[in-house]
Amino acid sequence: MNDSPVNGSGVSLVVRGLRKTFAGQEVLKGVDFEVKPGEIFVIMGPSGSGKSVLLKHLIGLEDPDAGEILINGEAVGSPEVAAKYRMALVFQSGALLNSLTVGENVGLYLTEHRLKSPEEIRAVVLEKLADVGLKEAVDKMPGDLSGGMKKRAAIARALVIEPQLILYDEPTSELDPLSSVMIGNEILELNRRTHVTSLVVSHDRDLAFGVADRIAVIVDGVIVTVGTPAEVKQFKDPLVQQFLQADFKREQ
Amino acid sequence: MFENIGEMVLLFWRTLLALPQAWRQRQKVFEQFFEIGNASLLMVCVLSFFIGAVIALNFGPPLVERSFTSAIGGVVGIAIAKELAPVMMAILIAGRIGSAMAAEIGSMRVYQEIDALRTMNIDPIHYLVLPRMLAIAVALPMLVISAILVGWFGGALVADMNRHMDIPFRVFYSDLQNIVVLSDVANGVFKSFCFALIIGVVSCHQGLNTIGGPRGIGRSVTKAVVNSIVGIVIFDYILTRLLLK
Repeated sequence: MNDSPVNGSGVSLVVRGLRKTFAGQEVLKGVDFEVKPGEIFVIMGPSGSGKSVLLKHLIGLEDPDAGEILINGEAVGSPEVAAKYRMALVFQSGALLNSLTVGENVGLYLTEHRLKSPEEIRAVVLEKLADVGLKEAVDKMPGDLSGGMKKRAAIARALVIEPQLILYDEPTSELDPLSSVMIGNEILELNRRTHVTSLVVSHDRDLAFGVADRIAVIVDGVIVTVGTPAEVKQFKDPLVQQFLQADFKREQ
Repeated sequence: MFENIGEMVLLFWRTLLALPQAWRQRQKVFEQFFEIGNASLLMVCVLSFFIGAVIALNFGPPLVERSFTSAIGGVVGIAIAKELAPVMMAILIAGRIGSAMAAEIGSMRVYQEIDALRTMNIDPIHYLVLPRMLAIAVALPMLVISAILVGWFGGALVADMNRHMDIPFRVFYSDLQNIVVLSDVANGVFKSFCFALIIGVVSCHQGLNTIGGPRGIGRSVTKAVVNSIVGIVIFDYILTRLLLK
């Protein structure tokens, strides 16, 4: 576990008073938190609490009704700031382009922006796929991959951007425990190797407490607590405790 | 409705602004062009052959009865070149290609592939819309030229073989040549170019605005085809009026 976040190539992230309403329903009700450079910050909460919407705001896919998002102190939203900092989102579904091979998906950013020659792109793609243990899948189509492989391929695609901030949307949803652990380890290994700032949105308690430097709990569009995993476990709010301790009640 | 029209105009304008990117997207343009031509050429030939044949069959005998035999080639030639080939082929392409465009882009939207493109700073208009618009804008006029030639052949064949007409090929084409001028064919080809833009804009717009799951994709496909056909018919009148000498 990363006890003390390292300050490497990662960026800081500050969210202040973020609000968003869809069709009269307020989904984010003034979200505030800060993420330190190089930190693994997990936002956890029950389904429908606004986690994925929050993530879309951070990457610029949604515009907030109110509030601000700052990266290294600069407001996100202008194309200049978006171009200045490299950010990547690993989608819950992977969101690989089904018409392209895994290799083409991973190299898409470099291909479309003409950043390297085709030979160099191929080499980078193989390197990133090897990092996530998928080198042999380079010529496969996304439809031929399992759920876990798709998520790892999506991580490889994010790595190609060499992000300073990487966002994960429910990275272990629909995965078996072994694949979940593998994805969690990928997040830790990537953070250790590149010092990228990582923000993970998840309702997976094992993942959150396994990888996080700090955890924020969001309930009904509001962050109710932020702290280290140990601090969050001790937090007395009944909603948080209910979420953290939910279990089956089987008759003995 | 007006909001949708406004969005489509904006999409068309943004696609025009993306034109300098066309060379970079040439591989995708070629793939789309091949897709449209390969999927449609045979159907276009069959459809236009029978349209030519049925026009000759409908107009031929009454014209022969009234001693206007020499007008048959011209009637078939004009009807096909100026009206039937561009409109019918555009409707065919709206059904075959417009629906495919809306479905493909719509499913990319639903399954977050378009969001993934945006997070990589890849503009979906450059990546998805521009290649499709360029390909259809080139392919449909070429298909219409094929349709005109095959339609004329269908008309000539029926005029030759039908016992009520019995007009030799050479005479049919000579009559056609006396009435149809190059600008008539150019009119039809220009119309098809405009129809191609309508199909491209309507279908891509529907795809990009797809919401929901598979049912949403189905709705987008239906809307893309129906709205394209309505647009084609309305613009057919407007263009015909504007192109009248």
